[in-house]
Amino acid sequence: MSNNDYDSVMARKNKILQPALGIDYEKFEQSPITFDYEMLMAEPGYSLGEIQRVQRSTGVGDTPLVELKNITKLVRSVALPGKGARIIVKDERNNPSGSFKDRRASLSIYHAAQMGYKGVVCASSGNYGAAVASQAAKYGLKAIVIQEAFDSRRVGQPEILEKTRACEAYGAEVWQMSVGPELFYIMLRILEETRYFSASLYTPMSILGIETLGYELAQQMKQQEGRFPDMVVITHAGGGNVSGTARGLQKAGAYSTTVVGASVDLQGLHMASDYDFNRKSFTTGHTGFGIPFLTLPDRTDVPRSCARGLRYLDRYVTTTQGEVFFVTELLARLEGMERGPAGNTSLAAAIGLAFELDQDQVIVVQETEYTAAGKIHTAQLTFARQNGIEVRRGDPKESIPGKSIVIPEGVEQVRVEEYNLQKVRQSYIKNVLKTAGSYQPQEMDLSFMAEDTKSSRDFIFETIASSKQVQVA
Amino acid sequence: MVKLKPSPKAKKGDLVQVHIVVLAPDERAPILPEATRCVPYEGWIKGYLLDEVAEFGQTVRIESFIGRQLSGVLVDSHPIYDHNFGEPHSELNTIGKESWKKLESVD
Repeated sequence: MSNNDYDSVMARKNKILQPALGIDYEKFEQSPITFDYEMLMAEPGYSLGEIQRVQRSTGVGDTPLVELKNITKLVRSVALPGKGARIIVKDERNNPSGSFKDRRASLSIYHAAQMGYKGVVCASSGNYGAAVASQAAKYGLKAIVIQEAFDSRRVGQPEILEKTRACEAYGAEVWQMSVGPELFYIMLRILEETRYFSASLYTPMSILGIETLGYELAQQMKQQEGRFPDMVVITHAGGGNVSGTARGLQKAGAYSTTVVGASVDLQGLHMASDYDFNRKSFTTGHTGFGIPFLTLPDRTDVPRSCARGLRYLDRYVTTTQGEVFFVTELLARLEGMERGPAGNTSLAAAIGLAFELDQDQVIVVQETEYTAAGKIHTAQLTFARQNGIEVRRGDPKESIPGKSIVIPEGVEQVRVEEYNLQKVRQSYIKNVLKTAGSYQPQEMDLSFMAEDTKSSRDFIFETIASSKQVQVA
Repeated sequence: MVKLKPSPKAKKGDLVQVHIVVLAPDERAPILPEATRCVPYEGWIKGYLLDEVAEFGQTVRIESFIGRQLSGVLVDSHPIYDHNFGEPHSELNTIGKESWKKLESVD
């Protein structure tokens, strides 16, 4: 008989996770700071070609690139002379469950089936849960999806309620939980009880599955336009979307493409707060996940995360809830594409960025998602108002997360805020050193941190030296 | 639309929803914001009732959608999905018209 109180379950998490992941993470560790990331990514043994074959066999991927000509024209009508890059979107809504998350789920579930697992478990309140449930149905595996769904009044975001419906439509057992980090605790208990596969978002399979997205869009650009995009904008939350897409771009040879991460600004709201939970309109792709996962990527449900956003980002920008809702309406009205708001986070940022770039440059927005009841701006604004949020037209820069949503008066007010990546890198270094405890970083660790933050050995050295807390050995 | 719920009861085989308190407030994770610390960690799951007949509030057994047997307090029968498309908003309604006007003035 094992004890199931919170501390006891958390104390045996590695014992529960190893058989549920089928990977011995120990062998990749080189020091309390450094691990062999590429060796871990290679561990499942899938080539890009094989992954494409697996995905095509269930109708995942090969989504169209669609140029948003009217939106581009609208941007140019108010941009400085010569500015207003072309905006092209990769219409990922065309995946089986309606989002790019099918790419992440497809390889994970294929892998679980190959390894002989009878079922899969994932913790997701969003599209990933539906993707896991859909792929599990294709392979005849059982799926359990654990959602953070309700506050203590049992009130849930309409978008999450739609995901519950979608997961159940694909035949999954769904646990609709209240707010709290204990989502991980209940996941561990279910994994221990069922001995199913943990379809974590942070395994090599999950990131390898997205490489095809970056690779495909680079290839399509080459075919359609004769060149790679100047910029790719990627919605950033846990880091997987950025990591997988950027790795795919590199595999296609698109080394000079600028990789931009974009999140909805929800600074000031606490992600584990029962009160704040229903005062936001975005359940992912926001700074509440984006910043913590950049500054400490290993804070996940696996011993070492393969989603490492800082490794790949050239820029990180934020947009606001009101701007994303505005852009969602533009996409429907000007381009005839009705898509879910959360998937338009990167589009809102791309419009802001298009004002900076020349007209002969191309920005690719690498996702869209399906829309449905609950997962639509009209439902989300209705819910926001019911929870006391002020909704108005005006300058979106005046919005306050949790208090107001300000919808731009025109496209000229759609602009991005640059997030200082040097500061993010410094926080990463501080967090990594703190996690390493009394260990003194070696030369190898400086190289690892430089790679992990897309910076230099000297930058790492100087940051550590100026913190004066840790000596470099 | 009227939600038809003739009686707070369910019989064997009915699609139902159960409620489970996973952790009481004093059993929760050690570090939590104030608003979260004072409430239990709880969950809701759907499945088919295994008991012959049961009333809301009773602890029952269900078979989940993947065939697992679980138990919890019966809170609903024939649960419906009632999330919707929300209300129209004047803040969104005019965006299309305004943008087309701007585009047409460029041509």
